[in-house]
Amino acid sequence: MTLSSRSTYGWTAALLLLLLTALPVAAAGRAEPGAAEPAQRELTIYSGRGESLVAPLVESFESKTGIRVSIRYAGTAELAVLLAEEGTRTPADLFWAQDAGALGALSGEGLLADLPAHLYEALPDIYRSTTGRWLATSGRARVLAYSPQRVDETEFPESVFDLAAPEYRGRVGWAPTNGSFQAFVTAMRVVHGEAATADWLRAMQANDVQAYRNNTTQVEAIAAGEIDFALVNNYYLLRFTAADPGYPVDQRFFADNDIGNLVNIAGLGVLRASRRTDEAIAFAEFLLSHEAQAYFTGTVYEYPVRADVDPDEQLESFETLLDASPRVDLDALEDLEGTLSLLRETGLL
Amino acid sequence: MTDATPAARSRRAGRSNPPWYLLIAPAAVAVVMLVPLVYLVVRATEADAATLAALVLRRRNLELLGNTLLLTGGVVAATTLIALPLAWLVVRTDIPAVRLVTFLGVLPLSVPGYVMAYALLSLGGNYGFLARVLGIVVARPAGYWGALAALTLYCFPYVFLNVRASLAGMDASLEESARSMGYGHREVLRRVILPHLTPALFSGWLIVAIYVLGDFGAIALMRYEVFSYAIYTQYSGAFDRTYAAWLSLMLLALAMVPVLLEGRLLRGARYARTGTGVARSLRRIRLGAWKIPALFFVAVVVTGSIGLPFGILAYWLSVRPPWTELARVGQAFLYSAGAAAPAAISTVLVALPIAYLRVRHPSPLSHTAERLAYVGYALPPLSLALAMVFFSLRLARPLYQSLPLLVVAYMISFLALAMGPIRASLLQAPRRLEEAARSLGFSPFAAFVRTVVPLLRRGMFASTGLVFVVAMKELPIAFLLAPTGYVTLSLAVFSRTSEAMHVEAAPYAAAIVLFSSLFVGLLLRHEGKE
Repeated sequence: MTLSSRSTYGWTAALLLLLLTALPVAAAGRAEPGAAEPAQRELTIYSGRGESLVAPLVESFESKTGIRVSIRYAGTAELAVLLAEEGTRTPADLFWAQDAGALGALSGEGLLADLPAHLYEALPDIYRSTTGRWLATSGRARVLAYSPQRVDETEFPESVFDLAAPEYRGRVGWAPTNGSFQAFVTAMRVVHGEAATADWLRAMQANDVQAYRNNTTQVEAIAAGEIDFALVNNYYLLRFTAADPGYPVDQRFFADNDIGNLVNIAGLGVLRASRRTDEAIAFAEFLLSHEAQAYFTGTVYEYPVRADVDPDEQLESFETLLDASPRVDLDALEDLEGTLSLLRETGLL
Repeated sequence: MTDATPAARSRRAGRSNPPWYLLIAPAAVAVVMLVPLVYLVVRATEADAATLAALVLRRRNLELLGNTLLLTGGVVAATTLIALPLAWLVVRTDIPAVRLVTFLGVLPLSVPGYVMAYALLSLGGNYGFLARVLGIVVARPAGYWGALAALTLYCFPYVFLNVRASLAGMDASLEESARSMGYGHREVLRRVILPHLTPALFSGWLIVAIYVLGDFGAIALMRYEVFSYAIYTQYSGAFDRTYAAWLSLMLLALAMVPVLLEGRLLRGARYARTGTGVARSLRRIRLGAWKIPALFFVAVVVTGSIGLPFGILAYWLSVRPPWTELARVGQAFLYSAGAAAPAAISTVLVALPIAYLRVRHPSPLSHTAERLAYVGYALPPLSLALAMVFFSLRLARPLYQSLPLLVVAYMISFLALAMGPIRASLLQAPRRLEEAARSLGFSPFAAFVRTVVPLLRRGMFASTGLVFVVAMKELPIAFLLAPTGYVTLSLAVFSRTSEAMHVEAAPYAAAIVLFSSLFVGLLLRHEGKE
């Protein structure tokens, strides 16, 4: 017994040692605002965008400006809820979100500061907020993904409303719990009204539409043969084909101006509570720069927000995108509660 | 107190007052568990009655609850069917490579849920593994059975660890006397072994059940609609905290049903050895010809629970070899371990006095503290994290988004995980040993350290391992409470999968599995002689 208890203590001591060595390393990773040299300019970003995308950009920004950046990576939704909970006590200076709804919601709660007009004046309407409190850093179009093997050229619908027709029965996927789908439903409510949207949702359900978790899983379901069409954002498929050129899924727009081609955004807002707005605005300027815009489209296949940066060759041209996209006030997309109620009424959530 | 029969006297002695310092932990737990409850109630009272009624009282909630209960029941049953025989094989039989089999039985715990779901999903379909390699097209798992399979394959170790600790600590003389009274194998199993396993089974079931009630990731990938859907979409779809608080409270109420039920069922149960203090190891049963089916069973379980997820991780890693990422992976590991290791150790240190009080000094206080431990585990982690944000910003600003606060949040969330194995070991530790040590003049604390702690070794090791491995995978709490810039392995994984970059996420996911399994291996190696 003595022997065994001695080794228990030995083992506990070893664990504590491990802990003691791990702690300082861990603590070193924590940015201590103001703890370094007093002249150090700093910026804290809450990023709903992924690390592998963001980290190289941030390194470039740091080396250009000398501003030291600390980033919290998490889901856009979790960060939006966190920022709402933190309110004026937030340590964040800038929020970089995956969709307009999150920015609209925070703007609606009065947590975002007015941006200087020079940041967004040059952007097309689809990429900025009428409130001037947030702006797009890249565009992400809704498209129709399909299986080139199982879908005939004659079968392509003109409009997303056509997918409720009998020939698409059981062949279409969507993602009711997913933010980008919900933004699309919100846009449909804004443009076509509550009744038409509710009718479409019900007609789709009656047509045996298949529900998936998100965009990626819908693209995979087409490859797996479970569905032939899916309502997704444009860049996911391109991330699959980059790893596997033979990936058996393709995608296209509906007819011009159809609500199914909604252009949503990833974008940013500066927190009203921030005391480092100069640094935050410098970061916003950097993300709108030629370099960063070219990086977005080349790395993650999203649309640049500037006309003078060419979209990746697998994307449509800037003009084609503007023609295809419906005109929707992106600020109206913040009425998510209305969309959730509708999705609940129709039994989708 | 006028009753002076010897039995009553000994009963009173059993309920003697515990040393005051033992009350610190349960009192602290009671207070700390109230924190998230207070927060949720604060948020919930902001609701507007009509919206609330539309959200809470709708018919579909019943459907979703029904689905949730069906799935929970299914997973509890399926994990038991795997874990019970597996634990029996490694503790009571001469199955070859016992240590390896034990290790493999714990390992699935380290597999992140999304990896398990993806492993199952990528087998079938026109473009799946089977179709592309073998030319066989099978449907991809989906819905109830898909969710059941995915959850069972990485949750069964919770039951396995609990049952194994309990089986291993069981007193040989009980079983021997049962046999001497003429009971056959089957009757010994039914009348002696199974009743003694109940506390371990209950605590394993409770952990699995509450996990399934709250899980969203793997279930959503399998396209099965459950109640946690509603909570998740309320936070993520509407960026709303008010109605999400109501839904969280509903989920908590649901989860507390089995928690209270378990407490009631276990009350008054006695499982301590009656003979001399040291349990004699039982003779291992010779499997003989049964060795082949036994090994086949182990092989099937291991293939499903480890082969599949390791296979898909290996595939992702082969698409893009991770060598250039290794420095970042190493840094992320240090961050993960820097949170998970202190969380595991401190959680066990808190669980120990609570379990001890519950077993040695049963009282309403100790009972309540033990049950309250489950509140933290049953709360949706995002709600718990928001509660910590709410309170730390107001009361402990310097701690906000610091490592100690993250560790405390983990302790709240995972305390229940640590309770089971420790309690099961304690129930089997004979009180007489401590009494003997006391009579030799040791203080209660010294008596406890010298007599009980050595017997709790297995339970404490199992608890440490559980909390560590689960904390390595944890996501929503780290989202909100990790220090800014503190990118752990699981955050690194999420930050890539959220952009549909599974290949880029693979080195980090593999590191979670690798380091968790190394840790589990170390624990098993040091937990005691077989």
